[in-house]
Amino acid sequence: MEHIRLPKVDNVRLLDRISPRRSRVGTLYLTATHTIFVENESGVRNETWVLHSLVCSLEKQAATASGSSLLIHCKNFQVLNFVIPRERECHDVHLSLQRLSQPERPDELYCISYKPNIDAEERRQEWDFLDLRADYRRMGLPNSLWKLSSVNQHYKVSDTYPADLFVPESATPPVIVGSSKFRSRGRFPTLSYYSKENHAAICRSSQPLSGFSARCLEDEQMLEAILRSNPRSDFMYVVDTRPKLNAIANRAAGKGYENEDNYSNIKFQFIGIENIHVMRNSQQKMMEVCELRSPSMSDFLEGLESSGWLKHIKAVLDAGIFIAKAVAEEGVSVLVHCSDGWDRTAQVCSVACVLLDPHYRTLRGLMVLIERDWISFGHKFSHRCNHLQGDPKEVSPVIDQFLECVWQLMEQFPCAFEFNARFLITIHSHIYSCQYGNFIGNNQRERTELGLREKTHSLWSYLWMNRADYINPLYRPDHSQTQGLLRPSTAPYCFKFWRALYNRFDRGMHPRQSVEDYLSAIQEETQQLEEQLASHKQKIAQLEQEQEWSVPQKAVPFDKSPTGWTFCNNLANTPQDYTGGFFTSSPCQPRAPITLQTEESNKTSESILSNGSDQESGIADVSCRSPLSEDSTRDPDSDEAAYSAS
Amino acid sequence: MEFSEHIKTANVEDVVLRQPLHPPGRGTLCITGHHLLFSDREEGSWRQVLLLLRNIDAIEKSVENLLTCSGLFSNAGLSQRLDIIGVSRLPGSSGTITIKCKDLRVLQLDIPGMEECLNIARSIETLSCLDSMSELYPFFYRPSNASLRDQWGLSSLERHYSQMKELHDRWRLSTVNRDFSVCPSYPQAVIVPKSTDDDMLEKVAKFRQGGRFPVLCYYHKKNGMVIMRSSQPLTGANRKRCREDEQLLQAVIDGSDKGYIIDTRSSQQALQARMTGGGLESKSCYSSWKRLQRQMERGKALQESLIKLVEACGDESNNMDRWLSKLENSKWLSHVQTALSTAGLLAECVERDGHSVLVHGSEGTDSTLLISTLAQLIMDPSCRTLEGFLTLLEREWVQAGHPFQQRCAHSAHSHARLQQESPVFLLLLDCVWQLWRQFPLALGFSEALLLRLATEAYASDYGTFLGNNQQERCALGVKENTYCLFQALLRPRERDCYSNPLYEHTELAIWPSVHPQSLQLWRGFFLRWTPQTHHLEEAQEEIRNMVIEWGKLALSSCPAST
Repeated sequence: MEHIRLPKVDNVRLLDRISPRRSRVGTLYLTATHTIFVENESGVRNETWVLHSLVCSLEKQAATASGSSLLIHCKNFQVLNFVIPRERECHDVHLSLQRLSQPERPDELYCISYKPNIDAEERRQEWDFLDLRADYRRMGLPNSLWKLSSVNQHYKVSDTYPADLFVPESATPPVIVGSSKFRSRGRFPTLSYYSKENHAAICRSSQPLSGFSARCLEDEQMLEAILRSNPRSDFMYVVDTRPKLNAIANRAAGKGYENEDNYSNIKFQFIGIENIHVMRNSQQKMMEVCELRSPSMSDFLEGLESSGWLKHIKAVLDAGIFIAKAVAEEGVSVLVHCSDGWDRTAQVCSVACVLLDPHYRTLRGLMVLIERDWISFGHKFSHRCNHLQGDPKEVSPVIDQFLECVWQLMEQFPCAFEFNARFLITIHSHIYSCQYGNFIGNNQRERTELGLREKTHSLWSYLWMNRADYINPLYRPDHSQTQGLLRPSTAPYCFKFWRALYNRFDRGMHPRQSVEDYLSAIQEETQQLEEQLASHKQKIAQLEQEQEWSVPQKAVPFDKSPTGWTFCNNLANTPQDYTGGFFTSSPCQPRAPITLQTEESNKTSESILSNGSDQESGIADVSCRSPLSEDSTRDPDSDEAAYSAS
Repeated sequence: MEFSEHIKTANVEDVVLRQPLHPPGRGTLCITGHHLLFSDREEGSWRQVLLLLRNIDAIEKSVENLLTCSGLFSNAGLSQRLDIIGVSRLPGSSGTITIKCKDLRVLQLDIPGMEECLNIARSIETLSCLDSMSELYPFFYRPSNASLRDQWGLSSLERHYSQMKELHDRWRLSTVNRDFSVCPSYPQAVIVPKSTDDDMLEKVAKFRQGGRFPVLCYYHKKNGMVIMRSSQPLTGANRKRCREDEQLLQAVIDGSDKGYIIDTRSSQQALQARMTGGGLESKSCYSSWKRLQRQMERGKALQESLIKLVEACGDESNNMDRWLSKLENSKWLSHVQTALSTAGLLAECVERDGHSVLVHGSEGTDSTLLISTLAQLIMDPSCRTLEGFLTLLEREWVQAGHPFQQRCAHSAHSHARLQQESPVFLLLLDCVWQLWRQFPLALGFSEALLLRLATEAYASDYGTFLGNNQQERCALGVKENTYCLFQALLRPRERDCYSNPLYEHTELAIWPSVHPQSLQLWRGFFLRWTPQTHHLEEAQEEIRNMVIEWGKLALSSCPAST
């Protein structure tokens, strides 16, 4: 490819960020889609694959005697520090990667060149896997209160909204169009979620163009219509998710917020969630703390506090709770907006849905929710995730915050979610990886124009096919924790730092054994045993019928250790840096234990493609598997295969 | 002494009890010499709350007198500290007592009658901190399912020694301390190098603070290296030395090139200790030992850290920045980090580096025990079972003379002036919990066990944590007159609850991660009384059920082949 100045560099060192002593030497390859580092220790073929589209920033540091250092930050929070022997080579690698990681045109995106072995028909099925209309039907729509409107069929009213939209039965096209003219980017109030039980709805829009005194009759009628669609309620909430000051500042630009006096029976409420720029800076600050080499406890906690990240997560969750309670407990409909209605509004509506409806706490439900509230309603994935070379001020981890809110809820309600944290992390990776077409473009219109359904693949069906990896073994749909509205606490101590995402590639930091994997293994085995038992009973009954009491069927004895493999794998554990540099030159220097080495040599490419290789952490690394191994059936020699055969 | 003289009001009807995780209940409050008993008979449901008075750390009382005071205090609010107003029996008066327990539970009692309220409060204040140990509840506790003749304790140094055949070549059991005269805080028997006789030990004891001469605490079977522990040497300002002490330590390393001394104080602290008669092992006198200074917080600072953390956990301001800065400011997690990394260093010296290590701080009864215990858990799989862990605690904390009575007299809520209180044992349990989080399959016991121990150390029905050392326990006749907690925890029903259903034995060392990201607040303990923790307990219950279900099926499908 024309952008690769240097396809291969030998004698490159990959430094371990946590313990620099454990650096690895190998060859660096640049391909059209990946940077591949192949460690050339004898007998060990250890590969690290990094997708170009995941590269977030490149930093070339001053050359030293040992070579020039290239620091790569990835959007999935992997950090790689290569030391390249010659400055010239480093320069070439740097320039090549800079270009490769910043596609200029959509057809350069990885999803276009990603070609798993799937034919056109299967591809069509992939894209049909999720059907938003089916989800609306599940909510009981359309009904006598809400109808499907074709007003935006050709994206004429709002070019960032989807074609299918639900509006109140009484909202006529002139009202809709009139209201849309009074809203930023034409994003008029429309339905996001409807509660069958009590008719309360969550609606969303952008800010009104009210300025200091402007009014719009149609917009007022639109809200009136939403209120009337909830027959049991005599008022509705209008929630502006911005801090009040920001909203006021918008009035000077002819935008702003609803004046309670102009609308009948609304209760207006500000919920201060900061804007995309604050969130971007906050995450950046937090990542700096995560990347400190050996921070003290105080360094870490102070840094976490000053990043403000958990404060923002709490703000989003608080807003979601407000809305969920209004709907479930008061039976009151809510209209949510921020400025454009595609960032904070998406966060808050989707968090509220997770709290409200157990369906969105299942695998399929969460996918549908992201498809509806984020993808279809025009969250600007291309801009926010920086898929194409663009304005760095448009980048913001808004969707990360949604995923984290879900994770925080999972930590509080371990039995309430069908999926596990690995599911969220995999979604996170693929939002940024550009491997699938789902998160390309900024809205439905753009995606249609790009022809993504014909040219790319869908993540959702991939996740569904591999759902066994993403099931939470503790999920109990009938548990009291799981029923109806979740009532999380938002006391500050309930919010935790999400190590498994932000320090995902620092394997030494994660628990060395996974309860979840153990339970999944048990669960699978229990199921097998139950089936076996049932078939035995059937056979016995049969035999009884035939009056033949011959030898009963032999049962397969089970090894009492379903996770034997996890064990040896996970325990290949080495001491941490307890010495604070004291022992660096003493005989105490950690040596890899023998068990560890044998483990390593057994590993196949599937499990070692990610950064480290010394131990599997609790969270399996899915995103960095090479596309080849992802499609081919699992290598029979790999750990996981051995495990499922047990 | 009669407890009854402290009880002016023994029974009050119509009391309202508010406690975390339960709806308020109305019933009868009863106070006895050792307990507060509340029984609630509403709507046919019969509930009892029995609280050991010893578990009460602090109380706060206030009265409301609606009839007479409402005019007077209308602006100042209706609540008044009781001591301000003269007390008389007033109809319609009532009082509230807030009880803050050492297990961090906070209860509230609304008591009708000001005088009754005052009497109850006074009884609680007196009876919750009785000075005389022989009056404590363990001497009165008589469960129906056990007998005082049952075995007391799990093991003894003698038994430990006789089981460890590997030791017999180079180590012997010494009873030089049989009457506690050489070291009042050591048990009667200790393990020392074979080449040191009792006369030498007596001399060494004089050279170590509190007579705590170096004794064996752990033998690493894989390479024969050991962990020794002691107190600081009494070198003093004029740098005294003690040949016997040097010989004893020389005998420990016997042949191998060197050993390490891990001193749990900073270099400066260790040097300063000379001024008060303590000190450290100098390079010149102990040439084959290499000293590592690792400062660990102790004593008052640790207690204050606990108080700050508990205060932070009770903060209801709902402000994230404030929570994180309070959490940081308490330094509790820093102490957890230091303890685990020092223990990791110790284990690394023994297991990886293959050297013997002597551990001490100043008194050798706190941080010394903390890190030697953690290091054993890291290295030795036999300590990681339920029995193994309890035996380890018995040997390394109870018998080794951690002054439980002094350290656990009060917890985080107390307003009493701090004396010898320090939550070292709690810090140990927190560190063990961190290990358990990182290696959820490697430890044979559950979080419930750690929580139970954290409660029992401060207030207990059992005699195990009574007194400060074996000498005191012997004098009180603890063995003869109380029941043993460790035995009770191993009874079949308790065992079910305190064992880890996921446990799988592993021979390997379990090296904890000490990155700040890897360490967490022990919510199960510090936020035990919040509903969120309750959800996590439910999840633990589900885990247990899953394993049981699987075990049953696996069992039932196997014997079918016969």
